[in-house]
Amino acid sequence: MSARQRDENPAGIHLPLDPLPGHSSRGRLERVLRRGEFAVTTELNPPDSADPEDVYNRAKIFDGWVDAINAVDASGANCHMSSVGICALLTRMGYAPIMQIACRDKNRIAIQGDVLGGAAMGVANMLCLTGDGVQAGDQPGAKPVFDLDSMSLLETIRIMRDNGKFLSGRKLTTPPQVFLGAAVNPFAPPFDFRPIHLGKKIAAGAQFVQTQYCFDVPMFKTFMQKARDLGHTEKVFVLCGVGPLASAKTAKWIRSNVPGIHIPDAVIKRLEGAQDQKKEGKQLCIDIINEVKEIPGISGVHVMAYRQEEYVAEIVDESGVLKGRQPWKREIRRDDQMVADRLDHILHDEITETQVDMVKTAH
Amino acid sequence: MSETTPVKNDGPTVTQATLVKKAAPKSDYKPADVSPQRRVQRSFAVRLWSIRHSRLLEWFYSRFADMFLLLHPLWKGIGYGRVEAPIKFVEKRVKGFMFDCRMCGQCILSSTGMSCPMNCPKQLRNGPCGGVRANGNCEVEPDMPCVWVKAWEGSQNMVNSDKILAVQKPVDQSLRETSAWLRVTAQAAAARETAAAPKTGAAT
Repeated sequence: MSARQRDENPAGIHLPLDPLPGHSSRGRLERVLRRGEFAVTTELNPPDSADPEDVYNRAKIFDGWVDAINAVDASGANCHMSSVGICALLTRMGYAPIMQIACRDKNRIAIQGDVLGGAAMGVANMLCLTGDGVQAGDQPGAKPVFDLDSMSLLETIRIMRDNGKFLSGRKLTTPPQVFLGAAVNPFAPPFDFRPIHLGKKIAAGAQFVQTQYCFDVPMFKTFMQKARDLGHTEKVFVLCGVGPLASAKTAKWIRSNVPGIHIPDAVIKRLEGAQDQKKEGKQLCIDIINEVKEIPGISGVHVMAYRQEEYVAEIVDESGVLKGRQPWKREIRRDDQMVADRLDHILHDEITETQVDMVKTAH
Repeated sequence: MSETTPVKNDGPTVTQATLVKKAAPKSDYKPADVSPQRRVQRSFAVRLWSIRHSRLLEWFYSRFADMFLLLHPLWKGIGYGRVEAPIKFVEKRVKGFMFDCRMCGQCILSSTGMSCPMNCPKQLRNGPCGGVRANGNCEVEPDMPCVWVKAWEGSQNMVNSDKILAVQKPVDQSLRETSAWLRVTAQAAAARETAAAPKTGAAT
């Protein structure tokens, strides 16, 4: 058993941390960011199954490398385990999930209910998204809801947290204590409106933002320059979205099929010229991290390695952004370990005990 | 965040949506391959004209709203409930022609550069989503210019160009198919009365 880790409740890993002045949540991510440490977040690929072990196994590969894990809400309008469900499982195990809420599938009644439910389970971070159109996913015949948009969703949760009220004005007995996030895409038109749009999101309640995949660092620098000039970076923590590209072919596919992701020709050329494209894609991601971490106003990176989750640890390690710091890591508690040591054989032994045998051996 | 699910190493352009579409039963009848919302629309020419002339329309609307407010005693005399139907009839047709209006009943055209945000397939009222294509077209309807790219252009021509910065409340669905003109007029009249009320109180 090791000494208690930083940002862990001694009474149990699944419990919220002590409240700190100036903090709106009792979670780990907000503490890391407010301490001024470079934060790393990532995204969990949601399973298409009802087995909790699938979620735990997918979270385990990030252990000790990330500060928070995004639980996506049917990303790309494809059906998966819900973000609420993933958050319920992750909080039980002490992880710090970022619950994504997309406005595509739920109206304001369901969303506000989920916010309360999530907060009650110990979800400390919520990311407000508009969500992709249903035409992009595996159920194009679904009814798109879009009752709120990302901005009014931010405002709704901020009002719930700060004023202790539902959108209707009805009072909450215990308001949710959450750290509010939003997404920004500096790489899609209208480019001159994007920094102003970020300001609108901050006004609506965003405390941290995660950006879309950044492959064009000069474009991102221009965006950040404008955001700094407007004074936004003092009010919000910006986590730059990065990720490895598997190959030049994938990059081209993403560029022509996924709206909102901008991949410059230079990136594709670099991948095409490489011997091992997968390795080059990873190296490219590391290079981008090293470039963006120097931009003033960047508080962290959001590593999205869809179907390459095993590379997240390597990317974070090789880029050295953590500077030797180790984020919270799930460790087995001493009593759990003791039980496991003594009784673990039950799970593996192939003995089928019948009551008759037990009586015989007892005598 | 990465709201993307590229089916990797699976041929060039196969999305989940394409697979689903391919699996659908085949028949001779093929409706236009666009979203249902798009089917009820005409071409975007008039809508785009309105956005290009947002400054003119802004000037015109403020005169028009003043005129409507002047007629407040008339509306009140007849009864707002009774004039609702004919006014809505006119409003729906005029705004439908000019802006492809959706009759949400809480018009914010003057805050969105005369580009109706309800034409956005996601009905975003606070700014563009992250899926705007590089050519400025919509993610959901590739042939439609993004409502919010146009809204930003339109708002930059207007006198009150910073109205686009206000965070809009969610749409009140219970106000759909009601007249925004009458609502704004009634609210303005009420505001005028409350502003005048303390003055008269002080005089007596």
